[in-house]
Order: sequence, then structure tokens, then C-alpha cells
Amino acid sequence: MTGITIALSKGRIFDETLPLLAAAGIVPGDDPESSRKLIIGTNRDDVRLVIVRASDVPTYVQYGAADLGIAGKDVLLEHGGNGLYQPLDLNIARCRMMVAVPDGFDYEQAVKRGARLRVATKYIQTAREHFGAKGVHVDLIKLYGSMELAPLVGLADAIVDLVSSGNTLKANNLHAVEEIMAISSRLIVNQAALKMKREILQPVIDAFAAAVQP
Amino acid sequence: MRRWLLPEAIEDILPAEAERIERLRRAMLDEFRVHGYELVVPPLLEYLESLLTGSGRDMDLRTFKLVDQLSGRTMGIRADITPQVARIDAHLLNRKGVARLCYCASVLHALPASLTATREPLQIGAELYGHAGIEADTEVIRLLARALSIAGVTASRIDLGHVGVFRALAVRAGVDAELEQELFAALQTKDLPGLRELVTGIAEPLRSALLALPECYGDARALEKTARLLPQDAEIGQALDDLRRLAEALKELPVSFDLADLRGYHYHSGVVFAAYCAAHPGAIALGGRYDKVGKAFGRGRPATGFSMDLRDLAQLGAASARPGAILAPWDEDADLRAAIEALRAQGEVVVEALPGHEGNWAETGCDRRLVKRDGRWQVVQGE
Repeated sequence: MTGITIALSKGRIFDETLPLLAAAGIVPGDDPESSRKLIIGTNRDDVRLVIVRASDVPTYVQYGAADLGIAGKDVLLEHGGNGLYQPLDLNIARCRMMVAVPDGFDYEQAVKRGARLRVATKYIQTAREHFGAKGVHVDLIKLYGSMELAPLVGLADAIVDLVSSGNTLKANNLHAVEEIMAISSRLIVNQAALKMKREILQPVIDAFAAAVQP
Repeated sequence: MRRWLLPEAIEDILPAEAERIERLRRAMLDEFRVHGYELVVPPLLEYLESLLTGSGRDMDLRTFKLVDQLSGRTMGIRADITPQVARIDAHLLNRKGVARLCYCASVLHALPASLTATREPLQIGAELYGHAGIEADTEVIRLLARALSIAGVTASRIDLGHVGVFRALAVRAGVDAELEQELFAALQTKDLPGLRELVTGIAEPLRSALLALPECYGDARALEKTARLLPQDAEIGQALDDLRRLAEALKELPVSFDLADLRGYHYHSGVVFAAYCAAHPGAIALGGRYDKVGKAFGRGRPATGFSMDLRDLAQLGAASARPGAILAPWDEDADLRAAIEALRAQGEVVVEALPGHEGNWAETGCDRRLVKRDGRWQVVQGE
């Protein structure tokens, strides 16, 4: 593949990437929401987009199936980021990685008395690292979605999840007690591609960098 | 119980590929030999502390370990042959001048080096000890390019870096070991946002210099850019000058630069390099200078060299078509025996059809037969 392949996920990341792509002179030929195509052409013959699950973006880029990708920091932390370059914070798809507990649960007290917490999350690595640094023993329960449900049905004491507006938490009688980190999406680059195709990749990376909103 | 199942990322090498790998191994070792590199065969396992000398935590995690029943000490199965060869040079050979050594053997990785990597690479490499000047780096990079071309692989990029640049910046900034490790990790992935957070406590101009490093890559202009962006410093100036002279000496090769590529920072000490080629998602060969490693074995010696995975290379290289084998009947006829001997002496593969197996001859890769015509044994095409 001599051109550029960019791995993206549908939804918020795709929508918020469109202005960046436009800044690099790239306009997708199809809308992934309405199209069922997984490979989408663009106005440029040498640029194509592949639409994959958000958590798969680093894998595609690391393996060289895509040269560039856009992935949330949450996904990169879970993946480990080994073998990738991540030169640019695109400042899109912003949200926060939080610890949340049911209303009425005294998190601070539980931590203080050294309780072993059951924590439900999709972000096992991040949660392990966070509670490890705090010195709190946790049993992690890996879930793939609807984390908010876990404390309500007694599956967990707390959850670790992404929070943007906080409305889902509120609707389920949970509240955030701790921010683990601010999350936004990064541009990731296959290491060999940056060496081999620098002449065509660098202008795209530079255009993205210039178009990033503060 | 699936008894045929192999562990993850461990595989058998089947005949066609095994032959390709073995031919490549011989061709490369022959090439190393005519350049004066002598073959050494270090042991499959040794005490962990010698294996892990000077290497970082990555190598520790990558090494399979077991306890030696005779001494009670922990042993490791080598995950990299380079430190073993450095030990041989430092402690056993004791040559005063230059020593050139090469090797080819399997190593084991408890953790695969990358997503699709095997856990049992067949590591082949060459190391040059005893010369600190860039002439040694020039020689091993040229040898690497030769080795790749023997494998039928064209290196589209040979990327040069120099760990001295980052090391000088880290020393001037007086960062502690932990921060140095974090800076190293951020530079390795060109994680500029992460780097920005890490350098907040570092004074100018070193802060800007560290932030500039991830952008110091590309063609010869990258070196000029680096010189412009980094503070005046004898050590950095020397490193950049080494790279400039090296690139000049290697101008027949597709050389580029990356000053933030510090792979193996723990034991590398000077110029580092990596070769990239099309159709491979990572570097195909890695190398660099590791002048201090020998010291732990009793004698610090300038050292540089490279290594690569022969299995990777064999898959990438163009497969050359070879003639198939020749099927001969099972017969004690003296003329037939002589004909078979003569063909084998020419390098042909002659397979004798054992009684009762004549029907399966295609399985053995035969595309010709030895038959008796007009009273003479001769080779005919097909059936």
C-alpha cells in the first residue's frame, strides 16, 4: 500500500475528526453512519479511511494495517501504546476518566479503612494502575458496557468509566468521587510508516497539528 | 487434550521454509566469514545476572527463567545473544586489538517483542569489538546492508540515532533515574503531550531541547535542525558530528535520522541504527554501539553490531525457484547406483522410491524421474 490508510472509529471521534481531515485537504467519500462500507475512499486517491472499533484502532496501526489512527487516550492506555508513535493530542472527544459510586456510599471512608473494593470497569489497566498508586486493594470486574448498572445490582462497589456530562451517572443515582485523568484523542502513527512514508505522512500530521483547537 | 497444540507464538518450521531459512543462514554466515567475522556459539542458557547485564526491565520480563538444580541459582534462557557475545569478547578471547564475531541461534522471548512476533526468533548478527571510531559503525552498517541484500530484501531506510544526545540533555538537566525513564518512554513513542507534562520542572534551554527531540527526524536536514534547536554542548556537538560523518561515509545507502529513537537506551552508548523495509510493520534489523557492556564481564571494550530475526527475513525475501527432486526406482542395478551418485554429486536431489510407495512420489516434491531408456539411465521430465 503506497498511499495513506487512516483508522477511525464511528461516532464522536469520526465527527470531530472531520474538520482536521478537511484541514489536511481530505474529505471522506461516504458517511460511515449511513454506509456499511468498512473502507471509505476520500477525495484524494492516495488516502483511504478504515472504520474500526475504537479499541481496535491501536491494533490496526501497530500491525501496519493503517498508517495513522485516531484513538482516545483511554484506549491507548489499555493497549499500552507499545510500538506506536503518538505525537499529537488532537484535543477532540474530550471527557474524563472517573471513579463513581452509588449515592450513599462513603468512598473516602471505605478507602481510609482499607476496605477491598469491587470495581467494575472496561478499563482494567487504567483502574489497576490508579488504585495501585493509591494503595487500595481492588477486585476488578471486566465489563464491556453499561458499567453504571453494576453497583445498582450489587455486582460492584464502584465503577471506573468515562464521564462527559455526568447525566448517565445522575440518572442511575451514582456520583463521581475521583478524577483519574482527563481524556482526549491522540493521533497515532505506525513507526515503520513514519520512516518509510514520511514524505506523504508529514504534511498530514502538520496539517492536523496546525488545525488542533486549543 | 489437544496434544498437537503448540504454545502461543511458538511454531514449527516446515520443509519449504526450513530450507529457505537454512540456505539464508549459510549464505549470511559465509558473507560474515569473508568479512573476517568469526562464528561463536554461546550456550542456550546461563545465569540470569550475566544475561541481564546492563539491560533494562524489558529484557528481564522477556527472559524465561528457571532454577539451576546444581547451584540453586536462577538461570535464564537467552532472549538476546548480544550480551553473551560481549561476555565472550570481554572475558574469554582477551584480544588486544579488534575482534569480529558473529552468531546465529534461536532465542526465546517470554513476552513476544510485538503483536505478531514469534517467541522464538532465530537471531543472526555480527559484532565488532575494540574500535571506538565511526569506522567500526560504518563497517557494521555496510555489512548489515550486504546481509539484507543477500536475503533479497532491500532496505528502504536505514535510520540513524545517537543516545548521547538525550543522555547529555538528561545529565545537564539533572533528572533522577525515574524521570529519566519516563522521559525515555515518552521520547520512544514521540509522545509530545506526555513529554510536555514531564518537562515542567526542567529549566530552559534544556526544557525546549527535550521538547524538540521528537521532531528531530527525517533526512539530512533533520541534523541541521537538531543542531539549531539544541543548546551548544560539546557532547551533543560530538554526537551530531559522528552522525554527519557516518551518513557521509554511507551515502550509497538510504540513510535517515531519528534523534528520539533510543531503543535499548539502557545499554547502548552511541550511534544506534534500525533498518526498515516495505511490507514489514516494524524494524527488520536493529543495532548500535554498547561500549560499556563488557565492563561488567571484566573488560570494558568499544562495541558495535547488529542483529535480526532470520525467520522474518526469510519470509520477506523473494523466494527463488529451485528445481524439484528426481525420483529413482528402488533397484540394486550398479549402473543405477552410479547414475544416482553422479546426480547427487552435481547437487541434484534424488529420492529413491521405496517398494510400495511409488504412487506418492509427488508428495516428496519430485518433478522428474530417473528411467532406463535405450539401456541408459536418464532423467526425464514429469511422469
